[in-house]
Amino acid sequence: MLAIKLAIKNLLGAGLRTFLNVFILSVAFVVIIMQNGFIQGWNKQAKVDVVEWQYGQGQYWHQSYDPYDPFTFQDAHAPIPEQLRKARESGTVVPVLVTQATIYPEGRLKSIMLNGIDPHQKTISIPTEKLTIEGDGVPAILGSRMAMNIKANVGDHLLVRWRDANGMFDAKELVITGLFRTDVPAVDLGQVWIPLEELQQMTGLHNEATLIIISDDSQAELDLPGWEFQDLDELLYDMNQMIKSKSLGNAIMYLILLALALLAIFDTQVLSIFRRQKEIGTFIAMGMTRRQVIGVFTVEGTMHAVLSLFVGAIWGIPLLLQLKKTGIPMPEGYDQMGLPLGDSIIPAYSLGLVLISVLIVTVTTAIVSYLPARKITKMNPNDAIRGKIQ
Amino acid sequence: MNNNAIIKIDNLVKRFPIGGGYFTALEDINLTFKTGEFTGLVGPSGSGKTTMLNIVGSLDNPTEGDATVINTSIRSISARRASELRKKHIGFIFQTYNLMQVYTVFENVEFPLLLLNMTAAERKKAVLEAIEWVGLTSKIRSKPKQLSGGESQRVAIARAMVKKPEMVLADEPTANLDAENSHHILQTMVKLNEELKTTFIFATHDDKVIQYLRRIIRLEDGKVVSDETVKK
Repeated sequence: MLAIKLAIKNLLGAGLRTFLNVFILSVAFVVIIMQNGFIQGWNKQAKVDVVEWQYGQGQYWHQSYDPYDPFTFQDAHAPIPEQLRKARESGTVVPVLVTQATIYPEGRLKSIMLNGIDPHQKTISIPTEKLTIEGDGVPAILGSRMAMNIKANVGDHLLVRWRDANGMFDAKELVITGLFRTDVPAVDLGQVWIPLEELQQMTGLHNEATLIIISDDSQAELDLPGWEFQDLDELLYDMNQMIKSKSLGNAIMYLILLALALLAIFDTQVLSIFRRQKEIGTFIAMGMTRRQVIGVFTVEGTMHAVLSLFVGAIWGIPLLLQLKKTGIPMPEGYDQMGLPLGDSIIPAYSLGLVLISVLIVTVTTAIVSYLPARKITKMNPNDAIRGKIQ
Repeated sequence: MNNNAIIKIDNLVKRFPIGGGYFTALEDINLTFKTGEFTGLVGPSGSGKTTMLNIVGSLDNPTEGDATVINTSIRSISARRASELRKKHIGFIFQTYNLMQVYTVFENVEFPLLLLNMTAAERKKAVLEAIEWVGLTSKIRSKPKQLSGGESQRVAIARAMVKKPEMVLADEPTANLDAENSHHILQTMVKLNEELKTTFIFATHDDKVIQYLRRIIRLEDGKVVSDETVKK
C-alpha cells in the first residue's frame, strides 16, 4: 500500500515525463487490442462466411477428390448415396459435381471449375435460384470477382468446353443469368455454377456428384462407402493456419511497439534510479529495507501500465467502438488474394482479449521496471545519500 | 552497558579497501554516549566522523570491534534489524537536506511515520506538531524547491524528529547554510534536545555548531584525540 501511495506521488510529481510514457504505453495497449480485435473479427467473419457460402456444416468428399489437385477431378465422382436421397429432396444436403472446363471470354482462354449445383438448394448462400432463369443457353451464375476478371455481365454468353466421362471434349453456350457478391473467393474466382442436372447430362455422370454439402450435424458421419466426411475442423484447417500465421505477424508488430514503449519505461527507470540516489539512500536511512525500496521503484514503473489503462480507455474505447461500428476498410484489390475478406472487417473484442492484453502489458512493464531497480540492492546507502554513485 | 548509555563503542576499527590495500578510517575507538547528549564529532575532512556516524546509524558495519546502539550490536546486526533500528529509533539529518522534491513539507515530514504503520489521524497530529517545533506551519503545503536552505533543513529536522527517536544523527547539518540560518537551526535542535531528551550526535567542523555542543569529541586520522565536556 505504501509502495503504491509513494509510486503515485512520484509519478504525478514527475509530470510530463510520466505523461509521455503513459501515453506511449496506452498507444501500445490500444493497438494491441485493436490488432487482436481485427484478427479475431476477421477470423469470426471469415468462418461464418465460408460456412454460409461454401462448407455448410461439413462435406462428404468422394474418396478421390482433392481440391488442391485438379488431376483428381476426372475420377472424383460417384452416384449420390441412396441414404441421402430424402435429405436431398428436403434440400438439407446439396450435391455438387465438379469438373474442369475452359471458357473463352472475348476470345481469350480461361481455365475454370465448372460446378453443378441444385438450383433449389437452401444450404449455402450462393443464389442458385438464378439458375432456374431460362435463356438461350445453359444458365450459369458467377461471383462478382470472376465476372470482373472476364468482363462478363448478366445476359452475356460464354462458350464452355469440357471433357465428358469418356474423356471426350464437348462445348456449349452458357448464358449468365446472375452474378453474386461474396466474401469467399473460393466460390467466386475461377468458378462457374450451373444446374447440377445440366452438368450431369453434359458429362454423362448421371446422378453423380463430387462432394455433398450438409446443412446440419444429423447427416454427419454417416457410413457412406466411397465417401469421406470432412468436418468443419478439417475444412477450416487451412484458414485457421492462415489466420494463425497472420496472428504471428501481427504479434511481432505489436511486440515491436510494446518493446518501444517498454524501452522508454526502462530508460526512465534507469535514469530515475541514477537521479534519485539521494532519495534511495534517504529511504534506507529512514528505515526502509532495500527490498521495500525496490518494491517502490518496481511499483512506480508498473503504475505506468495502470495509468496507461486509464489513458488508453479515455481515447481508446471511443476509437475501438467506432471501428466496431464502421469496420476497418480493406485496401483495394485485397479480395484478389484468395482470402475470405469483406470490404471491411468488423473487429471483435472480447473480455478475454482485453484481459490478456492488460496482463501482457502490465507484467512486461513490471519486469522492465524491476530489472533496473535491482541495482538498488548493490548500492552503498552512504554513497547513495551523497549522490556519489556513478 | 551503562543503563544511561545509548551508544557504546568498543575497539572500533573501520577500514575501506582502496586499490590493492586498505584505508583505515577509524582506529581503535572507544566511546560511550549517554541519553540526552548534545555531542559533536569534530574534525577535518577525512578524520572519520561521518564514518562513525554511519556505523552508529547502522548504515555501515565495523571492520573490527563493535558499536552497541540501543542494546543492539551493529557488528552482527542483520539488514532487516538494522532497518528496524533506523525506522524506530534513529533520525537522520543530512548536509544536503535530502528532501523528496515531489512531496510537500507535510508529506516529507510524514514519510517516516508511513513506515511505522500509524493511522492517518496519528500521523497528522505528529506531523503538525513536528512542523510547529521547527516553525514552518505556514509552509506546510510548500514543495522543497519553494523553500530556502534554512527552511529545507528545518523540514529535515522535523522529519528526523517526528517519530520522536531516541537519537538524531546529523552530518554537517549547517554546511550549506548561512550564519543566521545555522544559529536558528541549532537553537531549534537544542530546544528539542532539552524538551524531548533526544540524543543529538553531530559530525561537523563548523564553529557555529561547535559553540552549541555540550560534548566535543575531536577526531584526527580516524583516532579520538580529545573528548571534552563543555559547561554551559
